[in-house]
Amino acid sequence: MSELAVDAIDLTPLHTLLAAHAGQGRSALLPVLLTAQTHYGYLPPPVTAEIARALSVPLADIHGVIEFYALLYNAPVGRTVLRVCTDPACALRGGEAVLEAACRLAGAAEGETSADGAVTVERSPCLGHCNSGVSVNVSSEQPVRNKTYAHVAPDTVADLFAGHGRTTADFWSEDYVGGDLSIVTPLCGRGRRTRLVEYEAVGGMQALRKALTTLTPAQVIEAMHQSDLLGRGGAAFPTWAKWDGAAKAPGSPKYFVVNADESEPGTFKDRILLEGDPCRVLEGALIGAYAIGASRIYIYIRGEYPLAIERVDAALAELRAAGYLGDDILGSGYSVDAEIRSGAGAYICGEETALFESIEGKRGFPRVKPPFPTTHGLFGKPTVINNVETLAQAPYILIHGADAFHHLGTAESTGPKLLCVSGDVVRPGLYEIGFGATLRHLIENLAGGVLGGKLQALLVGGAAGAFATPAELDTPITFQGLRAAGLTLGSGAIMVFNDTRNLRDILRRLARFFAHESCGKCYPCQLGTQRQYEILTRVAQGNPLPGDVIRLQDVGWTMSDASLCGLGQTAAAAVFSAMQRWPELFENGNAS
Amino acid sequence: MSEVTLTIDGRPVTVAEGATILQAAGDLGIDIPTICYHDACTANALCRLCVVEVEKQRLLQPACVTQVRAEMVVQTRSARVERSRRTILEMLDSAVDLSDAPEIQTQMAEYGVDHSRFPDAERRAPAPIDDNPMYVRDYAKCVLCWRCVQVCAEDAQYTFALTLDGRGFDTQIGTFFEQPMSETTCVFCGQCVGVCPTGALKPRREWLLEQGKTPDEIMEMSRSERRQSRRVKR
Repeated sequence: MSELAVDAIDLTPLHTLLAAHAGQGRSALLPVLLTAQTHYGYLPPPVTAEIARALSVPLADIHGVIEFYALLYNAPVGRTVLRVCTDPACALRGGEAVLEAACRLAGAAEGETSADGAVTVERSPCLGHCNSGVSVNVSSEQPVRNKTYAHVAPDTVADLFAGHGRTTADFWSEDYVGGDLSIVTPLCGRGRRTRLVEYEAVGGMQALRKALTTLTPAQVIEAMHQSDLLGRGGAAFPTWAKWDGAAKAPGSPKYFVVNADESEPGTFKDRILLEGDPCRVLEGALIGAYAIGASRIYIYIRGEYPLAIERVDAALAELRAAGYLGDDILGSGYSVDAEIRSGAGAYICGEETALFESIEGKRGFPRVKPPFPTTHGLFGKPTVINNVETLAQAPYILIHGADAFHHLGTAESTGPKLLCVSGDVVRPGLYEIGFGATLRHLIENLAGGVLGGKLQALLVGGAAGAFATPAELDTPITFQGLRAAGLTLGSGAIMVFNDTRNLRDILRRLARFFAHESCGKCYPCQLGTQRQYEILTRVAQGNPLPGDVIRLQDVGWTMSDASLCGLGQTAAAAVFSAMQRWPELFENGNAS
Repeated sequence: MSEVTLTIDGRPVTVAEGATILQAAGDLGIDIPTICYHDACTANALCRLCVVEVEKQRLLQPACVTQVRAEMVVQTRSARVERSRRTILEMLDSAVDLSDAPEIQTQMAEYGVDHSRFPDAERRAPAPIDDNPMYVRDYAKCVLCWRCVQVCAEDAQYTFALTLDGRGFDTQIGTFFEQPMSETTCVFCGQCVGVCPTGALKPRREWLLEQGKTPDEIMEMSRSERRQSRRVKR
């Protein structure tokens, strides 16, 4: 231990922090590590050991937890850390050039720290600002604050070193919000948070009032059942079935979890909802919590969304002060409180059981299912976990009824849907449409058409999605219509590529994303994402080896068929769709 | 306890409710290969070598944790199963030194593994860690079955000396800030060495003999290490 002792580490701030989390045990681990790091810059052994003692976590475990999360450091890093997004949407806008400029200014190679210890520059996975890239997440100042900037260019990256960049809080135009409908987004994209009184002024919180004062939990669930609302996070599971399962499951307490770990490349809808109109999402969560009899709500927001965290926190304070949250809500006798949990840099924590593990203070490994969350969820208790956009739909359903909700979509894909359009279009942004509109309507009418050339390809559903060709533009945007075309709606991300773009490079970036974000638990994904990345790197360089197509297929099918969770099961989806549509991409020597 | 009848590879079998497909197949004498599975450890279903095809299920199912259901129809050697098993073994072979893993060698032969299937593949090849008198950790041979971490924790010893470092392909078994084993909570019970399927964990004496040291040289090494450790303590 002696060689690990670091002189002159003042543990006073840590003791204050630990006192604030006394009695919470291991579940407080991530919040404590994240806050401790803001004081110490990283997590040195004496600090880590002290946290381990206070929270009764084995030393080795705590080390493993720090190692798992990209935003936690167990070795010194620069006083300022820049994380530059180079995933597809930002890459189209010059992500690599921004990364190079940042490295040059810092005098440090990618992933390293400048000699004076001032700056570390890292390559980052998607930061959820695909509509307004290049996006850079920066940690700086003491205690360290983390901010995510938009519209960064090589010649403006220097501003970030001094904390002068533009965030979505600075300019209303950073997030364009449009579309055919304005059911869940009327108060979004205004460059500021909608306050509770403003939300109430347009009928907000009436659905919660109605539920608590006139409906039984079973009636709330029945209303959701009638609406046929399907989850908007990517899996399209019937929302009411989760609520019903957890409501009927024996055991207490019960938990309600808001999955705001939005990290699918190309996706930024949940960020815009939480930054613009958090009360709507929280109202949906409160309705759900009431329906299942939950005693606590957890809102798990990815760590790279500091603005969303700040604004949800402010909204919770308003809701608490107004009597919508806490004891005996609106005199109904129902009590529930809510807590925000910040992620720490791990896409896999968007997988529901990995997210539970993360709240419990562990590495974000997905669990074997069954058992399912409705019976064995957070802390082993009955739990519902829903995506942000899903919950934002609930107030409308309770107030306007299932019929009105059905009319907004098609018979099988009901209600409105948010679509994140990024890449080569005139107006990248968030579009709210009714299910049933076509991809062509979205791209040509709403987003203003393709920019910089003719349409070459669409990536529908994010990194875990599939490519479409211009010939598929008339496909209706419904769960069923897309499935019939061999596509998937996924999280609602639609990335547009004009005919000057190199799809091999896009495929390589998608493969790198999965290799970086694989948790490493199951062999097909741990090994397969790495091998897939290596092969697609060869393909992108124009020198695939004989047999690489078959190799990609064997690796891809093994990941799809045998992986433990959705990450591995979808890690080859985009590759397969590209192989089907453009087999020539995988042949020798044609890389542009 | 009630019983359940299912069909595996066309043969009916009746087992107790709650049994796994792996156990039911065992009753029929059908061998389903596993790597991470160990009778004494909690099954984590992570190597996925035991996947089987279950009728009406979209994905392959891990036999080690999937419980039997009445009238289930299971294929243990379908084309999809064979492709997944062979590819998992080929990918593992391309990443890790399996020369000391006799069971996996047998499996690779059975599934017709091509040892040069993934040319130019990155390997995990860290140097062996020889930091204590009892055992050596050669993680170039580690398949990340997690058994050592599990027996060091709640599955047996409650010592909690080991953890997983890194993520994804770059995962490796480690200790608190990579401390040498003698400075961790390790009590040298040897259970991790006992459950290691690949020779990544090995008694130090055995390892030194393999390195070509003679018994006399090993004895002399131990003596001088003990002398040194006494000096440090004083």
